[in-house]
Amino acid sequence: MEVTDIIKAENLIYKRTPLLTENILSYCPGCGHGTVHRLIMETIEEMGIQSQTIGVAPVGCSVLAYQFMDIDMQQAAHGRAPAVATGIKRVMPEKFVFTYQGDGDLAAIGTAETIHACNRGENITIIFINNGIYGMTGGQMAPTTLAGMVTSTSPYGRNTAMMGNPIKMTELVAQLPGTYYVTRQAVHTPAAVRKCKKAIRKAFENQKLNKGVSFVEVVSNCNSGWKMTPNQANIWMEENMFPFYPLGDIKVPEDSL
Amino acid sequence: MERDFRLMKGNEAIAEAAIRAGADAYYGYPITPQSEIIEYLMAEKAYDRTGMVVLQAESEIAAINMVYGAAACGRRAMTSSSSPGISLKQEGISYIAGAELPCLIVNVVRGGPGLGTIQPSQSDYFQSTKGGGHGDYRLLVLAPASVQESSDFVELAFDLAFKYRNPVLILSDGVIGQMMEKVELKPQRKRLTEYENWSTTGKTPDRQRNIITSLELDAHKQELINIRIQAKYKRMQEEEVRYEKILCDDAEYMIVAFGSSARICEKAVHVARGKGIKVGLFRPITLFPYPSKPIEEMADKLKGILTVEMNAGQMVEDVRLAVNGKVKVEYFGRLGGVIPSPSEVLNALEEKIIGGK
Ligand SMILES: Cc1ncc(C[n+]2csc(CCOP(=O)(O)OP(=O)(O)O)c2C)c(N)n1
Ligand code: SF4
Repeated sequence: MEVTDIIKAENLIYKRTPLLTENILSYCPGCGHGTVHRLIMETIEEMGIQSQTIGVAPVGCSVLAYQFMDIDMQQAAHGRAPAVATGIKRVMPEKFVFTYQGDGDLAAIGTAETIHACNRGENITIIFINNGIYGMTGGQMAPTTLAGMVTSTSPYGRNTAMMGNPIKMTELVAQLPGTYYVTRQAVHTPAAVRKCKKAIRKAFENQKLNKGVSFVEVVSNCNSGWKMTPNQANIWMEENMFPFYPLGDIKVPEDSL
Repeated sequence: MERDFRLMKGNEAIAEAAIRAGADAYYGYPITPQSEIIEYLMAEKAYDRTGMVVLQAESEIAAINMVYGAAACGRRAMTSSSSPGISLKQEGISYIAGAELPCLIVNVVRGGPGLGTIQPSQSDYFQSTKGGGHGDYRLLVLAPASVQESSDFVELAFDLAFKYRNPVLILSDGVIGQMMEKVELKPQRKRLTEYENWSTTGKTPDRQRNIITSLELDAHKQELINIRIQAKYKRMQEEEVRYEKILCDDAEYMIVAFGSSARICEKAVHVARGKGIKVGLFRPITLFPYPSKPIEEMADKLKGILTVEMNAGQMVEDVRLAVNGKVKVEYFGRLGGVIPSPSEVLNALEEKIIGGK
């Protein structure tokens, strides 16, 4: 059998959503960013809200997210995406607005913007990619870097007495009255991907209810920053990241229990 | 239609003018001496009057980034602050300039550096006119000298911001912001219902997606963006220079001053005229683009120019550049929130310009 015999409409079981552009992803092979991009775009396609959605790209590896997502997008300054999203949503409350942010962006330089957007209960979706490191700038320590974890600015491991502790931002924002749905997911296995997609769908659907922030953390790998192969990185993530950042819902709307 | 006169503070006039100019959103953070702007918008329930968004942000940084978000949706968005807060906004202002978004920023200047004082000052001239944040960019800067101009410049600022897709700064100060004067208000203008074709309002099937960004990693492409932006500033220099001349026609000497300093100097000019000194006042209204040409044209007829500024001599550099050595230019000013008196100005004119060599 030739390849051309296989490529037929009736054999098609999976197709790239047209909402992902044909630009070649700038992410390292095996990186979680690309998978999460796909899930968001599939969600927007399935909900039929392409013309009603505005995305906010952060500073970090996903700074160019707008090259891959075929929707109107704004690029925000480092950490400021929740403020930018607030500015958008307040003038267009009927639109769907989301931010896409790394851990440095959301939990270090942008902590104030994150906390206050969540506390005000802005009716937006926040997608938070936690890879425990600064991917874009070459693997420096992040606020979420685990104790003992080696990065280029903690070359002997994160010494918490000297460098502070890893921050559980998701648990933190779950405490705020303005968050409606807070969950922690991953995309390292097909099962995790399916679960994560459901969470993202819920996080977007929630915007219709006007009840505040839906916050989806995705614990992800940074194989380049961690200096591992993609497979090693996923195993390391399961063994080290998940015990400290356990997967699952942290705050679920009472009316959906 | 009946004319609408009020007695108002400069800051209140800006707030009222924003509602009437059809502003879509105000995001701000309190700081003296400009907090009346957000207080007025809230007390007036601007959101009920026109549907305008008024939101107190968690910081000036957040506020300017909210402005970025709303401006990128094609809305008339604004913020206001005073010097320390404006410093915090500089990153955001640079992004807004880089992404070529229209917006209005109001700086009611107080004395610095650092936390400084809450008294009026003009020490943010450099920051306002030379860029302020990182990168090669300029704001279009309007300097009101009265409560009336504080009000009038709001609608003008929004219109210029949209004309050039560039942030516009109203550079007020603690005197203009806090004093009360009679002001004639403009009629209510409608808020926008249609938005520029670059706005991120949701990608419809009939168009490509709109992307608002200041990022271009390719240096050659980034250079082209810079060249395009610079051409815009050149066009502002050709089309938007605004100034006022008082008693300059027969003048042998000229004082150059803007904002509240210009009011003090106007008084000094009248006192000097009473003493037989032929002095006029040149008041730049746009600080960028700076009225360099009109000042240069005056230079041949003058024996000397004095700039009067509530700072350590910032605008004097632009006047010297404008006259390019054709005539003597000296500076007089008070620092740190102290307001010069007309007699101090007159003394400085007599000592540094008329009597000086
Ligand atoms: C104001 C500012 N400070 C620092 C930087 C440099 N910088 C770019 S990305 C980044 C960290 C990004 O890390 P993260 O948010 O975790 O995203 P990742 O790249 O890992 O996806 C930093 C520090 C910047 N662009 N702007
Ligand atoms: S550096 Fe890390 S976060 Fe960035 S694309 Fe590569 S693997 Fe992903």
